[in-house]
Amino acid sequence: MPGTMQSADARTAWTGAIDAVDRRLLVASQAGLPLVPRPYRELAASVGLPEEEVMRRLRHLLERRVIRRIAALPNHYALGYRANGMTVWDVADEAIAGLGALVGALPFVSHCYQRPRRLPHWPYNLFAMVHGATRDEVAEHVGRMAAILGSAARSGDVLYSSRILKKTGLRLQPE
Amino acid sequence: MDTLDQQLIDLLQDGIPVVERPFAPVAHRLGLTEEAVLERLSRLLAEGVLTRFGPLLDAAALGGAFTLAALSAPEADFDRIANLVNAHAEVAHNYRREHAFNMWFVIGCEQPSRIAEVIAEIERETGCPILDLPKVDEYFLGLHLTPRQPAPA
Repeated sequence: MPGTMQSADARTAWTGAIDAVDRRLLVASQAGLPLVPRPYRELAASVGLPEEEVMRRLRHLLERRVIRRIAALPNHYALGYRANGMTVWDVADEAIAGLGALVGALPFVSHCYQRPRRLPHWPYNLFAMVHGATRDEVAEHVGRMAAILGSAARSGDVLYSSRILKKTGLRLQPE
Repeated sequence: MDTLDQQLIDLLQDGIPVVERPFAPVAHRLGLTEEAVLERLSRLLAEGVLTRFGPLLDAAALGGAFTLAALSAPEADFDRIANLVNAHAEVAHNYRREHAFNMWFVIGCEQPSRIAEVIAEIERETGCPILDLPKVDEYFLGLHLTPRQPAPA
Protein backbone atom coordinates (compact mmCIF):
# COMPACT_ATOMS: atom_id res chain seq x y z
CA MET A 1 0.00 0.00 0.00
CA PRO A 2 1.66 3.28 -1.02
CA GLY A 3 1.98 6.39 1.02
CA THR A 4 1.72 5.16 4.60
CA MET A 5 2.83 8.00 6.82
CA GLN A 6 5.35 7.34 9.52
CA SER A 7 6.46 9.67 12.28
CA ALA A 8 9.72 11.48 11.69
CA ASP A 9 11.39 9.08 14.07
CA ALA A 10 10.61 5.72 12.52
CA ARG A 11 11.88 3.82 15.54
CA THR A 12 8.50 3.06 17.06
CA ALA A 13 8.44 1.62 20.52
CA TRP A 14 7.55 -1.98 21.17
CA THR A 15 3.77 -2.03 21.40
CA GLY A 16 3.18 -5.55 22.62
CA ALA A 17 1.54 -6.48 19.34
CA ILE A 18 1.89 -10.19 20.07
CA ASP A 19 1.52 -12.24 23.24
CA ALA A 20 3.92 -14.86 24.58
CA VAL A 21 2.13 -17.75 22.85
CA ASP A 22 2.15 -15.93 19.49
CA ARG A 23 5.86 -15.37 19.98
CA ARG A 24 6.52 -19.08 20.58
CA LEU A 25 4.61 -19.86 17.42
CA LEU A 26 6.48 -17.33 15.31
CA VAL A 27 9.89 -18.32 16.67
CA ALA A 28 9.10 -21.99 15.92
CA SER A 29 8.06 -21.27 12.33
CA GLN A 30 10.16 -18.33 11.21
CA ALA A 31 12.96 -20.47 9.75
CA GLY A 32 10.35 -22.27 7.69
CA LEU A 33 7.01 -24.05 7.85
CA PRO A 34 7.16 -27.88 7.99
CA LEU A 35 6.84 -29.24 4.46
CA VAL A 36 4.08 -31.74 5.11
CA PRO A 37 0.45 -31.90 3.95
CA ARG A 38 -0.77 -30.63 7.35
CA PRO A 39 1.95 -28.15 8.33
CA TYR A 40 -0.09 -26.38 11.02
CA ARG A 41 -0.73 -29.67 12.81
CA GLU A 42 2.99 -30.40 12.86
CA LEU A 43 3.79 -26.85 13.98
CA ALA A 44 1.19 -27.18 16.75
CA ALA A 45 2.75 -30.45 17.93
CA SER A 46 6.19 -28.85 18.06
CA VAL A 47 4.97 -26.09 20.37
CA GLY A 48 2.54 -28.24 22.38
CA LEU A 49 -0.68 -26.55 21.31
CA PRO A 50 -3.88 -27.78 19.66
CA GLU A 51 -3.88 -27.46 15.86
CA GLU A 52 -7.09 -25.42 15.94
CA GLU A 53 -5.57 -22.84 18.30
CA VAL A 54 -2.45 -22.51 16.14
CA MET A 55 -4.60 -21.91 13.09
CA ARG A 56 -6.78 -19.39 14.90
CA ARG A 57 -3.71 -17.47 16.09
CA LEU A 58 -2.09 -17.49 12.65
CA ARG A 59 -5.29 -16.14 11.07
CA HIS A 60 -5.41 -13.40 13.65
CA LEU A 61 -1.75 -12.51 13.04
CA LEU A 62 -2.50 -12.33 9.32
CA GLU A 63 -5.52 -10.07 9.89
CA ARG A 64 -3.38 -7.72 11.93
CA ARG A 65 -0.64 -7.93 9.27
CA VAL A 66 1.98 -9.06 11.76
CA ILE A 67 2.36 -11.86 9.23
CA ARG A 68 2.19 -10.37 5.73
CA ARG A 69 1.52 -13.78 4.21
CA ILE A 70 2.62 -17.39 4.54
CA ALA A 71 4.56 -17.75 1.35
CA ALA A 72 7.76 -18.46 -0.54
CA LEU A 73 10.54 -15.90 -0.77
CA PRO A 74 12.28 -16.12 -4.13
CA ASN A 75 15.98 -15.90 -4.80
CA HIS A 76 16.16 -13.07 -7.32
CA TYR A 77 19.28 -14.34 -9.02
CA ALA A 78 17.96 -17.87 -9.44
CA LEU A 79 14.80 -16.51 -11.08
CA GLY A 80 16.77 -14.57 -13.66
CA TYR A 81 16.79 -11.16 -11.99
CA ARG A 82 20.52 -10.77 -12.09
CA ALA A 83 20.55 -7.00 -11.72
CA ASN A 84 19.43 -5.42 -8.48
CA GLY A 85 19.86 -1.69 -8.37
CA MET A 86 19.28 0.50 -5.36
CA THR A 87 18.46 3.83 -6.97
CA VAL A 88 19.03 6.88 -4.78
CA TRP A 89 17.98 10.46 -5.44
CA ASP A 90 18.40 13.87 -3.87
CA VAL A 91 14.83 15.13 -4.15
CA ALA A 92 13.70 18.58 -3.05
CA ASP A 93 12.09 18.29 0.38
CA GLU A 94 8.87 20.01 -0.64
CA ALA A 95 8.35 17.62 -3.57
CA ILE A 96 9.36 14.27 -2.12
CA ALA A 97 6.03 13.09 -0.70
CA GLY A 98 4.20 13.34 -4.01
CA LEU A 99 7.08 12.14 -6.15
CA GLY A 100 7.91 9.31 -3.76
CA ALA A 101 4.38 7.98 -4.12
CA LEU A 102 4.63 8.15 -7.94
CA VAL A 103 7.96 6.37 -8.02
CA GLY A 104 6.80 3.77 -5.50
CA ALA A 105 3.86 2.90 -7.73
CA LEU A 106 6.06 1.99 -10.71
CA PRO A 107 5.77 -1.72 -11.53
CA PHE A 108 9.51 -2.38 -11.48
CA VAL A 109 10.04 -0.75 -8.07
CA SER A 110 9.80 -3.19 -5.17
CA HIS A 111 10.65 -0.95 -2.21
CA CYS A 112 10.60 2.83 -2.00
CA TYR A 113 11.50 4.90 1.05
CA GLN A 114 12.42 8.37 2.15
CA ARG A 115 15.48 8.36 4.39
CA PRO A 116 17.54 11.17 5.89
CA ARG A 117 20.46 12.75 4.08
CA ARG A 118 23.79 12.34 5.82
CA LEU A 119 25.84 15.23 4.51
CA PRO A 120 28.46 15.67 3.29
CA HIS A 121 29.02 12.07 2.19
CA TRP A 122 25.45 10.97 1.49
CA PRO A 123 23.16 13.58 -0.12
CA TYR A 124 20.29 11.26 -1.17
CA ASN A 125 16.88 11.11 0.52
CA LEU A 126 14.80 8.89 -1.83
CA PHE A 127 15.60 5.20 -2.19
CA ALA A 128 13.88 2.94 -4.73
CA MET A 129 14.86 -0.69 -5.33
CA VAL A 130 14.68 -1.88 -8.92
CA HIS A 131 15.09 -5.46 -10.16
CA GLY A 132 15.74 -6.51 -13.72
CA ALA A 133 17.17 -9.34 -15.77
CA THR A 134 20.16 -7.22 -16.78
CA ARG A 135 21.77 -3.93 -15.80
CA ASP A 136 20.65 -2.53 -19.16
CA GLU A 137 17.07 -3.24 -18.18
CA VAL A 138 17.55 -1.61 -14.80
CA ALA A 139 19.18 1.37 -16.52
CA GLU A 140 16.08 1.76 -18.70
CA HIS A 141 13.90 1.76 -15.61
CA VAL A 142 16.16 4.35 -14.00
CA GLY A 143 15.71 6.54 -17.06
CA ARG A 144 11.94 6.43 -16.58
CA MET A 145 12.32 7.35 -12.93
CA ALA A 146 14.59 10.29 -13.78
CA ALA A 147 11.99 11.54 -16.26
CA ILE A 148 9.30 11.39 -13.58
CA LEU A 149 11.44 13.16 -11.00
CA GLY A 150 12.59 15.84 -13.43
CA SER A 151 14.29 18.88 -11.95
CA ALA A 152 13.05 18.06 -8.45
CA ALA A 153 15.91 15.51 -8.32
CA ARG A 154 19.22 17.40 -8.10
CA SER A 155 21.28 14.21 -8.40
CA GLY A 156 20.93 10.45 -8.40
CA ASP A 157 22.87 7.23 -8.55
CA VAL A 158 22.33 3.47 -8.88
CA LEU A 159 24.11 1.12 -6.50
CA TYR A 160 24.12 -2.37 -8.01
CA SER A 161 24.36 -5.28 -5.61
CA SER A 162 27.21 -7.59 -6.50
CA ARG A 163 27.00 -10.12 -3.67
CA ILE A 164 24.51 -11.29 -1.06
CA LEU A 165 26.47 -11.40 2.17
CA LYS A 166 23.62 -12.43 4.45
CA LYS A 167 19.90 -12.98 3.94
CA THR A 168 18.29 -14.53 7.01
CA GLY A 169 15.52 -11.95 7.28
CA LEU A 170 13.94 -10.43 10.35
CA ARG A 171 14.14 -12.95 13.20
CA LEU A 172 12.28 -12.86 16.49
CA GLN A 173 14.36 -13.88 19.47
CA PRO A 174 12.83 -16.37 21.88
CA GLU A 175 12.13 -14.80 25.26
CA MET B 1 13.44 -25.80 -13.08
CA ASP B 2 10.64 -26.84 -15.45
CA THR B 3 7.37 -25.12 -16.34
CA LEU B 4 5.56 -26.63 -13.35
CA ASP B 5 8.29 -25.33 -11.05
CA GLN B 6 7.86 -21.86 -12.51
CA GLN B 7 4.11 -21.98 -12.01
CA LEU B 8 4.59 -23.28 -8.48
CA ILE B 9 7.03 -20.48 -7.67
CA ASP B 10 4.52 -17.95 -9.00
CA LEU B 11 1.64 -19.35 -6.92
CA LEU B 12 3.63 -19.90 -3.73
CA GLN B 13 4.79 -16.28 -3.65
CA ASP B 14 1.17 -15.24 -3.18
CA GLY B 15 0.89 -17.43 -0.13
CA ILE B 16 -1.00 -20.41 1.24
CA PRO B 17 -4.15 -20.25 3.39
CA VAL B 18 -4.49 -21.20 7.04
CA VAL B 19 -6.51 -24.37 6.55
CA GLU B 20 -5.80 -27.97 7.51
CA ARG B 21 -4.40 -28.89 4.09
CA PRO B 22 -3.04 -25.62 2.69
CA PHE B 23 -1.18 -27.17 -0.25
CA ALA B 24 -4.31 -28.80 -1.69
CA PRO B 25 -5.49 -25.70 -3.64
CA VAL B 26 -2.07 -25.22 -5.27
CA ALA B 27 -1.82 -28.92 -6.06
CA HIS B 28 -5.27 -28.83 -7.63
CA ARG B 29 -4.35 -25.75 -9.74
CA LEU B 30 -1.27 -27.50 -11.10
CA GLY B 31 -2.75 -30.97 -11.51
CA LEU B 32 -0.30 -32.45 -9.01
CA THR B 33 -0.67 -34.38 -5.77
CA GLU B 34 0.12 -32.55 -2.53
CA GLU B 35 3.12 -34.87 -2.11
CA ALA B 36 4.45 -33.84 -5.51
CA VAL B 37 4.03 -30.16 -4.65
CA LEU B 38 5.90 -30.68 -1.37
CA GLU B 39 8.70 -32.58 -3.13
CA ARG B 40 9.14 -29.76 -5.63
CA LEU B 41 9.00 -27.14 -2.87
CA SER B 42 11.68 -29.02 -0.86
CA ARG B 43 13.89 -29.27 -3.92
CA LEU B 44 13.51 -25.59 -4.80
CA LEU B 45 14.47 -24.67 -1.24
CA ALA B 46 17.43 -27.07 -1.22
CA GLU B 47 18.63 -25.64 -4.55
CA GLY B 48 18.32 -22.09 -3.24
CA VAL B 49 15.81 -21.05 -5.91
CA LEU B 50 13.54 -20.16 -3.00
CA THR B 51 15.27 -18.78 0.07
CA ARG B 52 12.50 -19.43 2.58
CA PHE B 53 8.95 -20.75 2.89
CA GLY B 54 6.84 -19.74 5.87
CA PRO B 55 5.31 -16.77 7.67
CA LEU B 56 6.79 -13.51 6.35
CA LEU B 57 6.85 -11.07 9.26
CA ASP B 58 6.17 -7.35 9.07
CA ALA B 59 8.64 -5.45 11.22
CA ALA B 60 6.45 -2.35 11.49
CA ALA B 61 3.38 -4.32 12.62
CA LEU B 62 5.49 -6.04 15.26
CA GLY B 63 6.34 -2.63 16.60
CA GLY B 64 10.02 -3.23 16.07
CA ALA B 65 12.68 -0.75 15.09
CA PHE B 66 14.87 -1.13 12.07
CA THR B 67 17.27 0.85 9.99
CA LEU B 68 19.29 0.62 6.80
CA ALA B 69 22.99 1.03 7.50
CA ALA B 70 26.04 1.31 5.29
CA LEU B 71 29.79 1.42 5.61
CA SER B 72 32.83 1.74 3.42
CA ALA B 73 35.07 -1.30 3.85
CA PRO B 74 38.64 -1.23 2.54
CA GLU B 75 38.94 -3.85 -0.20
CA ALA B 76 41.66 -5.86 1.52
CA ASP B 77 39.49 -6.08 4.64
CA PHE B 78 36.12 -6.65 3.01
CA ASP B 79 35.43 -10.27 3.95
CA ARG B 80 36.64 -9.86 7.51
CA ILE B 81 34.37 -6.84 8.00
CA ALA B 82 31.43 -8.64 6.36
CA ASN B 83 31.83 -11.52 8.80
CA LEU B 84 31.90 -9.13 11.76
CA VAL B 85 28.70 -7.43 10.57
CA ASN B 86 26.94 -10.74 9.78
CA ALA B 87 27.77 -12.15 13.22
CA HIS B 88 25.17 -9.84 14.75
CA ALA B 89 21.79 -11.59 15.02
CA GLU B 90 20.06 -8.24 14.47
CA VAL B 91 21.55 -7.93 10.97
CA ALA B 92 18.79 -9.36 8.78
CA HIS B 93 20.28 -8.74 5.34
CA ASN B 94 23.70 -7.65 4.13
CA TYR B 95 24.64 -6.85 0.53
CA ARG B 96 27.76 -5.76 -1.25
CA ARG B 97 27.06 -2.82 -3.55
CA GLU B 98 29.20 -1.04 -6.09
CA HIS B 99 29.89 2.33 -4.54
CA ALA B 100 32.32 3.89 -2.10
CA PHE B 101 29.78 2.76 0.52
CA ASN B 102 30.12 -0.89 -0.41
CA MET B 103 28.38 -2.74 2.41
CA TRP B 104 24.64 -2.24 3.01
CA PHE B 105 22.77 -4.00 5.78
CA VAL B 106 19.43 -3.92 7.55
CA ILE B 107 19.40 -3.94 11.35
CA GLY B 108 16.12 -5.07 12.94
CA CYS B 109 15.50 -4.96 16.70
CA GLU B 110 12.48 -5.27 18.92
CA GLN B 111 13.81 -2.57 21.24
CA PRO B 112 14.49 0.78 19.54
CA SER B 113 17.38 1.55 21.89
CA ARG B 114 19.14 -1.58 20.70
CA ILE B 115 19.64 -0.17 17.18
CA ALA B 116 22.08 2.49 18.39
CA GLU B 117 23.87 -0.14 20.50
CA VAL B 118 24.31 -2.50 17.54
CA ILE B 119 25.60 0.33 15.38
CA ALA B 120 28.08 1.36 18.08
CA GLU B 121 29.24 -2.26 18.47
CA ILE B 122 29.80 -2.67 14.73
CA GLU B 123 31.69 0.61 14.52
CA ARG B 124 33.93 -0.49 17.39
CA GLU B 125 34.54 -3.96 15.94
CA THR B 126 35.20 -2.85 12.38
CA GLY B 127 36.71 0.59 12.83
CA CYS B 128 34.33 1.83 10.08
CA PRO B 129 31.97 4.78 10.58
CA ILE B 130 28.38 3.76 9.83
CA LEU B 131 25.72 5.61 7.85
CA ASP B 132 22.46 5.18 9.76
CA LEU B 133 19.49 5.63 7.40
CA PRO B 134 16.15 4.90 9.11
CA LYS B 135 13.05 5.22 6.98
CA VAL B 136 11.21 8.54 7.32
CA ASP B 137 8.38 7.57 4.96
CA GLU B 138 7.46 4.51 2.93
CA TYR B 139 5.92 4.62 -0.53
CA PHE B 140 5.70 0.99 -1.51
CA LEU B 141 6.69 -2.39 -0.16
CA GLY B 142 5.97 -5.44 -2.22
CA LEU B 143 7.70 -7.85 -4.51
CA HIS B 144 6.45 -10.54 -6.81
CA LEU B 145 9.00 -12.01 -9.16
CA THR B 146 7.90 -13.88 -12.25
CA PRO B 147 10.64 -16.26 -13.39
CA ARG B 148 12.39 -14.57 -16.32
CA GLN B 149 13.86 -17.41 -18.27
CA PRO B 150 13.78 -21.16 -18.41
CA ALA B 151 16.54 -22.48 -16.17
CA PRO B 152 19.28 -24.61 -17.65
CA ALA B 153 18.43 -28.34 -17.50
